Amino acid sequence: MMHRREWIYGWLFLSPALLFLFTFTHYPAVKTVFSSFFSTPRGRRPEEFIGLENYRTLIQDEVFWQVLMNNFWFAVGTIPASIGIALAMALWVNSRLKGRTLSRVAFFAPTVLPLIAVANIWMFFYTPGFGLIDQLRSGLFGLPAGNILGNPDSVLAAMIVVAIWKEAGFFMIFYLAALQSIPPVLREAADVEGASSFYYFRKILFPLLMPTTLFVSINAIINSFRLVDHIFVMTDGGPDNASSLLLFYIYEVAFKYWQTGYAATLTVVMLVLLSILAIGQFFLFDRKVHYQ
Amino acid sequence: MSVVGASSLRNWPSFDTVLNAFAMWLLAFLWALPLLYAFWTAIHPSAYETRFVLSAPLTFENFQKAWDAAPFARYFLNTVMLVTMILICQFILGTLAAFAFARFKFPGRDILFALVLLQLLVMPDILIVENYKTIRALGLVDTIAAIGLPYIASGFGIFLLRQTFMSIPRELDEAARVEGSSFLGLLWRVYIPLAKPTYLAYGLVSVSHHWNNFLWPLIITNSVETRPVTVGLSVFSAIDAGLEWSVINAATLMTSGPLLIAFLLFQRQFVQSFMRAGIR
Amino acid sequence: MKLPMTLSTGLSTAALLLGMSSHALAVDLEFYFPVAVGGKAADTIQALTDEYLAANEGVNIDAVYAGSYGDTVTKALTASRGGKPPQLSVILSVDMFTLIDEDVIIPFDELVDSEEDQAWLDSFYPAFMANSQTGGKTYGIPFQRSTPVLYWNKEAFAEAGLDPETPPTSWEETIEMGKKLVQRDGNGNVTRWGVRIPSSGFPYWLFQGLTTQNGATLANAEGNQTNFDDPKVVEALEYLVELSTEHGVMAPGIVEWGATPKAFFEEQTAMMWTSTGNLTNVRENAPFDFGVGLLPGNESFGAPTGGGNFYIFRESSDEQKQAAFDFVQWITSPDQAAKWSIATGYVAPSPAAWETVDMQAYAADFPPALIARDQLEYAVAELSTYENQRVTGILNDALAAAITGSKAPAEALAEAQSKADAILKTYR
Repeated sequence: MMHRREWIYGWLFLSPALLFLFTFTHYPAVKTVFSSFFSTPRGRRPEEFIGLENYRTLIQDEVFWQVLMNNFWFAVGTIPASIGIALAMALWVNSRLKGRTLSRVAFFAPTVLPLIAVANIWMFFYTPGFGLIDQLRSGLFGLPAGNILGNPDSVLAAMIVVAIWKEAGFFMIFYLAALQSIPPVLREAADVEGASSFYYFRKILFPLLMPTTLFVSINAIINSFRLVDHIFVMTDGGPDNASSLLLFYIYEVAFKYWQTGYAATLTVVMLVLLSILAIGQFFLFDRKVHYQ
Repeated sequence: MSVVGASSLRNWPSFDTVLNAFAMWLLAFLWALPLLYAFWTAIHPSAYETRFVLSAPLTFENFQKAWDAAPFARYFLNTVMLVTMILICQFILGTLAAFAFARFKFPGRDILFALVLLQLLVMPDILIVENYKTIRALGLVDTIAAIGLPYIASGFGIFLLRQTFMSIPRELDEAARVEGSSFLGLLWRVYIPLAKPTYLAYGLVSVSHHWNNFLWPLIITNSVETRPVTVGLSVFSAIDAGLEWSVINAATLMTSGPLLIAFLLFQRQFVQSFMRAGIR
Repeated sequence: MKLPMTLSTGLSTAALLLGMSSHALAVDLEFYFPVAVGGKAADTIQALTDEYLAANEGVNIDAVYAGSYGDTVTKALTASRGGKPPQLSVILSVDMFTLIDEDVIIPFDELVDSEEDQAWLDSFYPAFMANSQTGGKTYGIPFQRSTPVLYWNKEAFAEAGLDPETPPTSWEETIEMGKKLVQRDGNGNVTRWGVRIPSSGFPYWLFQGLTTQNGATLANAEGNQTNFDDPKVVEALEYLVELSTEHGVMAPGIVEWGATPKAFFEEQTAMMWTSTGNLTNVRENAPFDFGVGLLPGNESFGAPTGGGNFYIFRESSDEQKQAAFDFVQWITSPDQAAKWSIATGYVAPSPAAWETVDMQAYAADFPPALIARDQLEYAVAELSTYENQRVTGILNDALAAAITGSKAPAEALAEAQSKADAILKTYR
């Protein structure tokens, strides 16, 4: 009898959450795949089944390949750097260094500020001539003005810096929480053994932080697809798509060009990429993670 | 590797410590720079946007200008309503679902939990095209509810709360059950109070995420009555007449000020609740 | 007998009342408008609408500020697809083909039924109508319109030994004067450039100034054929690129639109090309004496127009269409247009508006306002085609590629042309 009641309660308690999850996550994910086989309805022309036509377009779309490469470099640029910096921040803030409270505020503040708004501030930093970076460059080193955002070779790096700045402080919090739960005895034992700080970090701390690193890196991967707000303000994907990322391109195709069928196809690519990365990461980390 | 004799001079910071402190300060300064710059421009006339001299006159005109130029009070209200709605719904739906996963045995539980976890990866953020169609079919385009709906069932929230609930000893259930509590009573009297740190930590993450969310609200709203501050700011700063950084930065500070101050006041509790919530 | 009598009188009274009330029943209009240049425009539109309502009983107009131009067209299209479009909206003139393609607007010709109406339709500057007509029909009425002009720093001109009252009038003069205006510091780094033609965001717009000056047309009036690979277009792009690579009078790389007025105020550049929408901004913030002139010409002077038109939506009752038509006629009439233009800096769309007392007083007080009008003589329709966003996006990418040096102008434009052809072939 008890079991039957648990069933009913279980389903009852779950159903509201599941209803919304299915409506706005699972259903659209599956529907995206379907939509990718259809044309875009327009005015008097209805939607029609066109098979793999959208995928053919995709393969021939130079912009898509460029955007995909951009996103790859954006991920390579942001994921390890933001995790590394977050860990360093956490170690510092968790130490007895002077000024750690103030530093913690500074590190975390970007998390609270809207990316869309701070993008304007970064615009000023990057502006040629009278922007902060150029003022420093010419004031300190007598270098000529650069054009960081107006040059396809440097614009993506500029976007990466903004993203790292935005997310590192958030990741720091997770590391900080993990660090504070590590018993101080471990450190004392290591000191007694005469182990160096670096040895302690590498052999004891880092392995213990592995679950956090796994969690944070999943977040960082998702962010590398999701953090596109600053592109709207700073570059609009330019010059010549050099700073366009996949999600930004999906937005353009769907809501500027109104090609929803093709946008669905692009979304399918994103879903596939995320799945591959998730599975890959799971297997890669699984062997090294020491679950507590 | 550290300087010889550093350990014998207990009162002197070691070379290592000095180096670390310096690096931390430098990084903290770099991290704070954008915010410092925003403050600088917001309280000085626009002629000093790019000139940093201490004698620059102070002014509050930029705040006044920003306030007059766009209905920020309305945007602000929209955002507050939005994050409140999302947070309340996330708590209710998340608590119920997490409790079911943590305490009930029923067929399909593991599969359903895997489906919930899937949302950690496939977030509504990237499903903008189909979600837009759904919202349009529901006739909810350009409503505050439409901005929140895709987010109110949060895989992350359910996951966190489930972990917390699972760490609560079963004996407490039994005790409460003996006193005749229903499941809801049990949740309300035992589980929710014990999971407070998780709610706080998750609540802060959720609020800051939705306060700052931009892409989906941009797509789904198009009037003053529904637009949150992020979209309002982008409309405001994307005008033909060129950038006025001082006014834009004043607007930025005005709109993210409350969140920033809240964080400054609660940052210690925030980090601690993260620890106690076992988010690591 | 008595009862039916009263009943029938009652009925007839009711019918009379109903008839009266349906007559007195106001026509409700929903009117979307965008704002692209700060808050003043919104207040002015609201004030004008209120003035109209006060003078016209029986009409209700709900003026909705719908955000940027992009927001407004999106909102109007979304509402139309949902079956509840506005009756009236100001939307970019270049979105005309998109709106026709979506089948949501009607030509104004359907509503013209008197010579007066026809005269009104013919009263606007042809340069503005070019973007408002296709296939012999008028789909848009110019209202919120602008055009790019040249701003120059008179003090910088004097300093460089140039006549501060004479701006360059040709491509060559831009280079000659630009070279004199370039300033360098002790390290040989440029501290002031000669000219600044922004190329971020929507570079096609200012580039269209160059192509027009060179005698080229970027797209046909049917909106289904582009001429991106026309040698004259290529020449215009080569000129733009060489301003920095060859002649060193403009900063290399993509030049940011939004930061351009600021760069002008900071004397990072002695001249800039930007919209008349910036007149008020420059007037208030430039710390030096400045001049406003026509964009320098080559074969001729030339510039695109820009900005928004009035459109009337199909899904409206006949009364609503007629009421919307009356309102548009009123708000674009000379007196109203003059008020609007003075308050916002948009170019008054008809010659008659410039003849009004208010406008003449304004122009006497602030002569640069006249430059925009004078330039209309040489102005052409802003680039607009079917699937406008995609096609202009392709051109923007090609321009960026050439400006940043990743492709040669001819190559970039040839590629853009073939991509545009692929999209537009279905519309021919």
